[in-house]
Amino acid sequence: MEKDNSMRSILTIALLLLALSVSGFGQTLINGAGATFPYPIYSKWFDEFHKLHPDAQINYQSIGSGGGIRQLTDGTVDFGASDMPMNDEQLAKQKVPVLHFPTVLGGVVPTYNIPGVSAELNFTQEALAGIFLGTVKKWNDPAIAKANPGVKLPGDDIVVVHRSDGSGTTFIWTDFLCKVSPEWKTATSGANTSVKWPVGLGAKGNEGVAGLVKSTPGSLGYVELIYAIQNKMPYGRVRNSSGTFVKAELASVTAAAAAAATNMPDDFRVSITNAPGKAAYPISSFTWLLVPTKIHDATKQKDLVEFLHWMLGPGQKLTEALAYAQLPKNVAAKEVKAISKIQ
Amino acid sequence: MVHGITFVFAASVIAIAVLLVTQLWGQSALSRAKFGWSFFVGRTWDPVAGDFGALPFIYGTVMTSALALVIAVPLGLGSAIFLAEMAPPRISDALTFVIELLAAVPSVIYGLLGAFLLVPLMRTVVQPALIATLGYLPLFKGPNYGVGVLTASVVLAIMILPFVVSISREALMAVPREQREGALAVGATRWESTWQVVVPFARLGIAGSVFLALARALGETMAVTMVIGNDPKINSSLLAPGYSIAAVIANEFTEATSDLHLSALVELALVLCLLTIVINGLARLLILATTRKGTAHS
Repeated sequence: MEKDNSMRSILTIALLLLALSVSGFGQTLINGAGATFPYPIYSKWFDEFHKLHPDAQINYQSIGSGGGIRQLTDGTVDFGASDMPMNDEQLAKQKVPVLHFPTVLGGVVPTYNIPGVSAELNFTQEALAGIFLGTVKKWNDPAIAKANPGVKLPGDDIVVVHRSDGSGTTFIWTDFLCKVSPEWKTATSGANTSVKWPVGLGAKGNEGVAGLVKSTPGSLGYVELIYAIQNKMPYGRVRNSSGTFVKAELASVTAAAAAAATNMPDDFRVSITNAPGKAAYPISSFTWLLVPTKIHDATKQKDLVEFLHWMLGPGQKLTEALAYAQLPKNVAAKEVKAISKIQ
Repeated sequence: MVHGITFVFAASVIAIAVLLVTQLWGQSALSRAKFGWSFFVGRTWDPVAGDFGALPFIYGTVMTSALALVIAVPLGLGSAIFLAEMAPPRISDALTFVIELLAAVPSVIYGLLGAFLLVPLMRTVVQPALIATLGYLPLFKGPNYGVGVLTASVVLAIMILPFVVSISREALMAVPREQREGALAVGATRWESTWQVVVPFARLGIAGSVFLALARALGETMAVTMVIGNDPKINSSLLAPGYSIAAVIANEFTEATSDLHLSALVELALVLCLLTIVINGLARLLILATTRKGTAHS
């Protein structure tokens, strides 16, 4: 009998907890889905924002940029998130016009494993394109050697490693290659989250690429800057459009955005790979929140607008602790003006 | 009453299968309309240009599964015979318990083991040896990356081995004592009795274990994608990277942004369903053919 009672009270508590977590006592629950790359900073932001506004809860699922765009189109989420801007065809399919809000910046870096070489290598645009096209086959190819005087490069074959899963990282990488190499553009027909790779091995996720590069002598792959920093991986400098070899760092990634910021289009759909500027790291990109211009639920609309204001203001200060590069001030200012379009 | 309830259960299984196929059929309409039958023989997979062909994936799936069976069936059957016929009961039970535990290990763990242990081993020891000894055959001509079709097949073989061993052992144990005693009584050796009487008697169960193993190999996703190299090309060398149907679906589905890309991935799922049905059907025919020959005895 006693056991029965305690069982019942446990059950009641469990049910209560469940009810609490589901209904949340009149909380507004805003649902979003999309890119995985900014997930750590987004979950931090939504968490902090919830502490400031206990009645607003933002729920974000990192299902990938493509999935985010699809769910937004179907109307199953209140906002989406993507590492590549939506194209005109995708925008045309939306029931209400969708706005792009850049949130943070990321970079993609070449990482390599050459036995006997510990120096930080310099890569020209042509060398990277050639390696990924399969025309630069050996590490001592003049295309690589010329940019690295004093480094003794072996005559080993280059094993190219790329992402096998669809990814915003691949989009940024191939977008850069398309801009610097017409041959690459014709060979692969353009930038995308997955492309037809001329050469190389595919590995799943940043961790897959990193693992395969680490275990394969003579390999070269690409990973997100954040991943490389957190895992202390060696990565090379890349030559930018003004001819300087730049190492990817938060500052050089923000510098790439600064150049683009002066003539930012009104819809914020802009690629900043191979950006001008001496300090700009050339393989950088924004990541975007995708917000419909018309949100029917008034409280959701109010909360989301408030979040955007907070994210572009105090929220930006949280980015560097998680190794994301901040938005340039003038971009954030321009975005604040665009928020008023949400009704 | 019981009859009715069980009928509903049985019907629901069929309903799920029908629902699955109709969904796949409907969702792949765009890709079917655009590529038609050429989808099966197309060798390009270009998400940007919107050109999709399934052949490299079909090849990768069939090849890795077949190779995995070639490796796992002799090993598995051998272990099953030892466990059922030769080993003392206590050892047999203990070993069987361990083998059944192996069957419950999640596939991603096998994938990790493959990526961290097997891939370096293949690259530094196994594949150089293969290239040095059998390199004149196109099958073993390199390149030596460590990841590739052969490595994926070995990981699959390790994964399906417990199924072959465990179910084959059950089948062998179920063979009546009299069969063995009869064989020994007419002067057969231990080995002759096992190989010519017990194993043929249990062949249905053994074949069942092979099917189950094959089904798991065909649909395996995580472990394969971690070691196969994920390159949609058909290469005569087993050491070269390849790609499987399940792996490409898992890799590209979440980030497929164009409708055609998504539709082509769904059509690949349909192809995998068909492939499983065809292979299972063929295997069933094979059994039917061999059992009819044997029924006269039993």
